Amino acid sequence: MTMNNQGRPTDVGTPDASPVTGTFSGNRGLQMEEALIFEQDSPGQCGVDLPGAPTTELRLGAVRPRGRVGLPGLSEPSVVRHYTRLSQKNYSIDTGLYPLGSCTMKHNPRLNEKMARLPGFADVHPLQPESTVQGALAVLDTLSHWLITLTGMPALALSPGAGAHGEMCGMMAIKAALEARGEDRRKRVLVPDSAHGTNPATAAALGFVVDPVPAMEDGRVDARALMDKLAPANGVEVAGIMLTNPNTCGLFERDIVAISEAVHAAGAYFYCDGANFNAIVGRVRPADLGVDAMHINLHKTFSTPHGGGGPGSGPVVLSAALAPFAPVPFVVRDGQGFRLVEDGGAAQGGARPFGRMKAFHGQMGMFVRALAYILSHGADGLWQASGDAVLNANYVMAKLKDVMSPSFEGPCMHECLFDDRFLKGTGVSTLDIAKALIDEGYHPMTVYFPLVVHGAMLIEPTETESKRDLDRFIATLGALAEKAKQGDAGFFQAAPRHTPRRRLDETTAARKPELRWKPE
Amino acid sequence: MRYLPLTDADRKAMLAAVGVSSVDELFRDVPASARLPGPIAGLDAHQGELEVERALSAMAARSVPAGSVPSFLGAGAYRHHVPATVDYLIQRGEFLTAYTPYQPEISQGTLQVLFEFQTQVAMLTGMEVANASMYDGATACAEAVMMANRLTRRSRAVVSGGVHPHYRDTTATLARMTGFDLAGLPADPAGAEDLAAQVDESTSCVVVQNPSVFGHVQDYSALARACQAKGALLVVVVTEAMSLGLLTPPGEMGADIVAAEGQSLGNALNFGGPYLGLFATRDKYVRQMPGRLCGQTVDAEGRRGFVLTLSTREQHIRREKATSNICTNSGLCALAFSIHLSLLGEGGFTALARLNHAKAVQLAGKLGAVKGAEVLNGAFFNEFTVRLSKPAAGVVDTLAQRGVLAGVPASRLFPGAGLDDLLLVAATETNTEADMDALAKALGEVL
Amino acid sequence: MSTIKYTKDHEWIRVEGDVATVGISDYAQRQLGDVVFVELPDVGRALAKGKDAAVVESVKAASEVYAPVSGEVVEANAAVADEPSLVNTGAMSEGWFFKLRLSNPAELDDLMDEAAYFEYLEGLE
Repeated sequence: MTMNNQGRPTDVGTPDASPVTGTFSGNRGLQMEEALIFEQDSPGQCGVDLPGAPTTELRLGAVRPRGRVGLPGLSEPSVVRHYTRLSQKNYSIDTGLYPLGSCTMKHNPRLNEKMARLPGFADVHPLQPESTVQGALAVLDTLSHWLITLTGMPALALSPGAGAHGEMCGMMAIKAALEARGEDRRKRVLVPDSAHGTNPATAAALGFVVDPVPAMEDGRVDARALMDKLAPANGVEVAGIMLTNPNTCGLFERDIVAISEAVHAAGAYFYCDGANFNAIVGRVRPADLGVDAMHINLHKTFSTPHGGGGPGSGPVVLSAALAPFAPVPFVVRDGQGFRLVEDGGAAQGGARPFGRMKAFHGQMGMFVRALAYILSHGADGLWQASGDAVLNANYVMAKLKDVMSPSFEGPCMHECLFDDRFLKGTGVSTLDIAKALIDEGYHPMTVYFPLVVHGAMLIEPTETESKRDLDRFIATLGALAEKAKQGDAGFFQAAPRHTPRRRLDETTAARKPELRWKPE
Repeated sequence: MRYLPLTDADRKAMLAAVGVSSVDELFRDVPASARLPGPIAGLDAHQGELEVERALSAMAARSVPAGSVPSFLGAGAYRHHVPATVDYLIQRGEFLTAYTPYQPEISQGTLQVLFEFQTQVAMLTGMEVANASMYDGATACAEAVMMANRLTRRSRAVVSGGVHPHYRDTTATLARMTGFDLAGLPADPAGAEDLAAQVDESTSCVVVQNPSVFGHVQDYSALARACQAKGALLVVVVTEAMSLGLLTPPGEMGADIVAAEGQSLGNALNFGGPYLGLFATRDKYVRQMPGRLCGQTVDAEGRRGFVLTLSTREQHIRREKATSNICTNSGLCALAFSIHLSLLGEGGFTALARLNHAKAVQLAGKLGAVKGAEVLNGAFFNEFTVRLSKPAAGVVDTLAQRGVLAGVPASRLFPGAGLDDLLLVAATETNTEADMDALAKALGEVL
Repeated sequence: MSTIKYTKDHEWIRVEGDVATVGISDYAQRQLGDVVFVELPDVGRALAKGKDAAVVESVKAASEVYAPVSGEVVEANAAVADEPSLVNTGAMSEGWFFKLRLSNPAELDDLMDEAAYFEYLEGLE
């Protein structure tokens, strides 16, 4: 069988013998116990006063009106309190440093929120006549201009709903281009071991065979192995590569230009996972690296909120070779103003859209937010932002390299990677360090990813952290590392203690899934 | 720059700590040919909040907000009234600026919301289990078909002519790219197609939409039985979640998978996104379900808590063997949906659904009386199809100039299908009787 | 008389006549942690040596279990599908995965006996 060799433990850890002293209410000061909304049913109560309905007959044909749904009734104040209390159980960027590597948890400006709610953007139906949506289309066009200029790529597909969806879009464009060349026999896609899980998942979903490429000792992809793999293997030819750059070890792939040239010489395409674009935005254009397609996570690089897991937005920039295959819809400009091309069959000028990614025209609300961020920064501000992001990560690395074990030589880009060698023999795991960091008031770094090092800890501070906050974080993490090395594994294994909940039993959750509330 | 906390003095001290003399030196691994010498030329420089607000407000002013005129558009996106509480609560920083709840001890807020959301979606659809959301209804539909293919180990899906064309096209794109057959039936404005005849031993699933894109509501129980008899699954698409407050839910009709759009609850029109894909199924199929799932468990002190669970289905663990490549979902839209539904409760939700239906019945009566307009539907929820005596696209453009957004011409969704005279019209609680009279009057004048 | 053999991928196989029982080793279950789910092959499926046969999952990991030798599945362990923790409590006994009718018994010769496997494990530490 394949082995779990990342060192990730699955048990709950050891709780303290003596839990924190209880209270009569179950609350602990500002930490409120909050029942499920279904347990707060006050039958007949309603938080909305509706207008009266006109008197009409039902016109439902053979369909019966439904019976009880099962929803609880609550007044407006009860609902406000429920969600306010729940919100207080969350850590957020607004709360503190959120150094989650590969996720770019930067400040989310509230100006973005205000702009996205302007009625000319928020209260516009996607199928209104074009003459009535020129402002919304102007946002699509202006954002496209910025993203195209920042990447140096000639074309853009705006509609993908998030990063993984953008990967799907880019790889579909590659597949369509290969088909147009009559080379759909190309079935192999090279993916480095350090890649995000979405890369192999996307390639496999599209019927490609994933061919892993090993990493070198220095944390970068083995360019020679990669180039060897560009030759047909067992008669299966290469369609493309999916490479993250800067890579998931936080390092820039030095051989990237040579790699992209070799990929193109082999008749294949270069998909770049743009998750780490924040490190280079405004300083390096992916077009100059030989990229054919790259998604841009607006919810990472361009500050749109993560919202507890979405929505995201993943526009994809495309090279000249892939541009004709961009999916519908897209915006064109003519004498009348902006127009939307929604019907692939009616596309003109050599466009051969491969299809459609989702309903309507993309994540408009995210486009407005990203544009507000981009206009705020300007070209000079973006240059400074990527520089500060890289400086912050290198500063963390420099300050912690002697007390923890950095996986690779620097300089790093916008994130720095440590592994668990410094914990060897202590009985403390990467997970324990993460949980102890929670007690110290920090969201942990990304743990156990990338998979190419053991017990990975990937720290991405982003450019929106001050030196003072970084110094405090460095001091805390450094102190925890020292404490771990001195022993007292029990202290770490029982963490966190000061949170609304202690470690949760994920094993029982998976063995006996309870995925919804049910009435008694 | 107001978003960047480092001062020049900080940068200098930090560079010294790192042991380099400039930030540029940190970029030394980038090939020199790809390193730009300075900020990209030809792009604007940074701007203050006032200037950005002015620029974007000027852009926004070039659109006509649906709420500023009588508006009757539906076809997969609906204008409902969202209580102020919803938008206030979703902007709390602890919800807005949190990431995916991978560290459950400090994410119980988001996790409990997801658990409640999954429960609400399961209740509304009449299904046993729901996930923590997908990008939108169309991608949920495509994922439902892929799931049905996995479950049945078959690869031919039948898509009704009543399914929204964007949903059909999103699924068809995936079908072409991943290699399964998609039999799309012709547009069905009359709601009269015989789907059971399309099901055979090679069919993985039949996809229907209720109400259909033309507004027809139907009982699909017989079709569910026909599917079951051939070992195929029934996928029911719902683009107007409000209808679930009035109609027999898909689960009671025998649906195996429900893929729905949840925008109608809590979420603005937003010119088409971000929206909220709802995805629900039977317990026995849960391991083939795409997307994140939140589950209940206990913490080390035995107290109830919530975690993301069954993650081994997902790409970050399963990589090329994952059930889907999806990672990010629509968390904040799900929160808005959940809060709106909590405010409505049982009584409010069902009353609001009835109100929508009553408004549509009232509007159908008024439009049916307009010369040159004929309502095609016998049964509908809050949306129906009107046959006009002139091409609908031109009528819609003319009425837009008169300050009425009349609906969606079928030709926009079904170009070249010979449906030029059909207009899709929706009414919600936001439409007053005066709005309806304005539409009927304007329509009467141009037909 | 039965013999037990191991693969380098930590599957064990116990042969009785022309039918063999397959599971994962105690070392493997410890490495995996708490097993939460087991997916077994359908009876009648033909398995090829070294190819995917079953899946075993912990909370954060999913592992493929490979067929140690070729053969046709004659039984899958329903108990372990219902109660995956049996893999942890009895990897070598009641936590078995499936039974095979061998199609090429000579393939057994490529596998390690218990002594060789334990020696192999020591090399991994």
